[in-house]
Amino acid sequence: MISERWLSLGVLVALGGVALAAMALDTPYTITLATRAAILALAAAGLNIALGLGGLVSFGHALFFGLGGYAMGILAFHAQTYTPLDLGLFQITGTKSMPVIWLAAVTLSALVAIPVGILALRTTGVYFIMITLAFAQMFYYFTLSWSAYGGEDGLSIYVRNGFPGLNTFDPIQFFGLCFTLLCAVLWLSARLKRSPFGLALGAARQSPARAKAVGLSPMRLRLVAFVLSGAIAGLAGALYADLNRFVSPAMFGWHLSGELIVLVILGGVARIIGPVVGAGVFVMLEHFLGQITDFWQIWLGLILLFVVLFARGGIVGLLSPKGGRHG
Amino acid sequence: MSTILVIEQILNGVQLGVMLFLMAAGLTLIFGVMGLINLAHGSLYMVGAFAAAAVAGATGSFLAGLVAALAAASLAGALIEVTVIRRLYAADHLDQVLATFALILVFSEGVRWVFGSFPLYLDIPDALSGPVTLPGGIDYPLYRLVLIGIGLAVGLGLWWLIERTRLGIRIRAGENDREMIAALGVDISKLYTLIFALGAALAGLAGALVGAIQSVQVGMGEPVLILAFVVIVIGGIGSIRGAFVGAILVGLTETLGGVFLPAVFGLFTDAATATSIGAALASMAIYVLMGAVLVWRPTGLFGGRA
Repeated sequence: MISERWLSLGVLVALGGVALAAMALDTPYTITLATRAAILALAAAGLNIALGLGGLVSFGHALFFGLGGYAMGILAFHAQTYTPLDLGLFQITGTKSMPVIWLAAVTLSALVAIPVGILALRTTGVYFIMITLAFAQMFYYFTLSWSAYGGEDGLSIYVRNGFPGLNTFDPIQFFGLCFTLLCAVLWLSARLKRSPFGLALGAARQSPARAKAVGLSPMRLRLVAFVLSGAIAGLAGALYADLNRFVSPAMFGWHLSGELIVLVILGGVARIIGPVVGAGVFVMLEHFLGQITDFWQIWLGLILLFVVLFARGGIVGLLSPKGGRHG
Repeated sequence: MSTILVIEQILNGVQLGVMLFLMAAGLTLIFGVMGLINLAHGSLYMVGAFAAAAVAGATGSFLAGLVAALAAASLAGALIEVTVIRRLYAADHLDQVLATFALILVFSEGVRWVFGSFPLYLDIPDALSGPVTLPGGIDYPLYRLVLIGIGLAVGLGLWWLIERTRLGIRIRAGENDREMIAALGVDISKLYTLIFALGAALAGLAGALVGAIQSVQVGMGEPVLILAFVVIVIGGIGSIRGAFVGAILVGLTETLGGVFLPAVFGLFTDAATATSIGAALASMAIYVLMGAVLVWRPTGLFGGRA
């Protein structure tokens, strides 16, 4: 059995190592796969704050992922067409600068997460699952019929956005950016888990009534966790859009919300490194099973069933059982 | 805006509503009795549609297709209940969401494997095709009226089954206190399989009936599933009556919103903008409706428990 701290370090080193080895062997496609895993892990790490620490089963995190994607898509679209973005009261110009886009993606996701959270957190259990799903679907259908930004066809961005001092066209440099952000978010989650806020959130998850009795406000704790979680998913969405240089309504789709939950569970709920393990395994399955058969999702489904029915702590739970799962 | 158009659209909304009711009734029954949230319900809808299309294509008989849809969907339902679902009754909602999400992947890819990615077509039987003239001189497709009739008949049948039969007494007892009815000698696991198969059959029936007016393809169950979720959340999860009211509300909102919102915006802006804004807002209308209902009553219109 391995302690969780060493396991976490090992997983991160392995992910970085794969990308570096791929650079040495000159196989850029593998670097792209590692980048994809890092970005999905980032989104899942965001979800893990709501789902793992807060016990909020959000089935609509694609909403924030999509908002981040469209924040990038719209800003870059106006930059590449040299048209200003008309916000009614004032106009802003588009931008191809990643830090600005990230800021926009995070802000937009957080701003949307506040009202969505206030409404959704009025409910619990199945209703919460359904209402988060419904909010994501609402945006999905909205972008589907919003023809100004491509509607159903999505929006292509021809050139990847830039980052000061880096050449983002170089796969390994773009990977480095995503990997750094992932590590920062994981560090933040680990700090958060042990902080007074994290402990209070855990208390609200385990027993809302007792948490209230000692003077905590479960609603407020959950709302903060939900907003933070959404903001991180939004950042991941912006990176994902930059990786593919393409945004489409599918980024809001419920399949994606489902997959994000899958990543968290596959890795292990509330484990800091769980999302990275889940995303890594997911991308590997997709790649290797996808080479063998066009119908790889059948096997993904069966593996997932196995994890849910028999390996309830996820992969991290199998490797490092201490710390345990909670419901 | 003519009266004829309004009446036609109301009929379309009711038709969508009763088909959603067939889906939502099964979902809400399964949730009410077993406490299970079943994402794979849309897959059973798809299984029904594919079975109907395959059998109707081979035999040329729509009725045989319907029978095949009912049989295939209820069999598939019973099969997954026995192998997977019954292990989930005691699990939390997160596990149920995941396991049934996994089932969707297996079903969708499995059907794609067998039937390929191209849509199948299921023809409306000759006797039911073509329009009828309603009082007031409105021409309306006969098949859609038949759908409304079947949906209402199934609704009545369900009401009779649950309120008036021995099986219905057991189902209601299972909702209230599963330990007690197990102690009274009812084989609870058989009862659960039966209820699950019943819900599956209703989904399969809806799939086959709707398959004749849309194309039969992989993934067809998912948009319907999400609408059905909206329906049961609005109606109150676990309540069949709520499912019926919710289904009609959603059906009407979806249909009428798509027609009238662009027209309403046409009063303020030019036609092109009105069409695009109206269409975008119409597609969000049912979610706004759901949000409004949940703010007003967090457990839905007829729901008692979360």
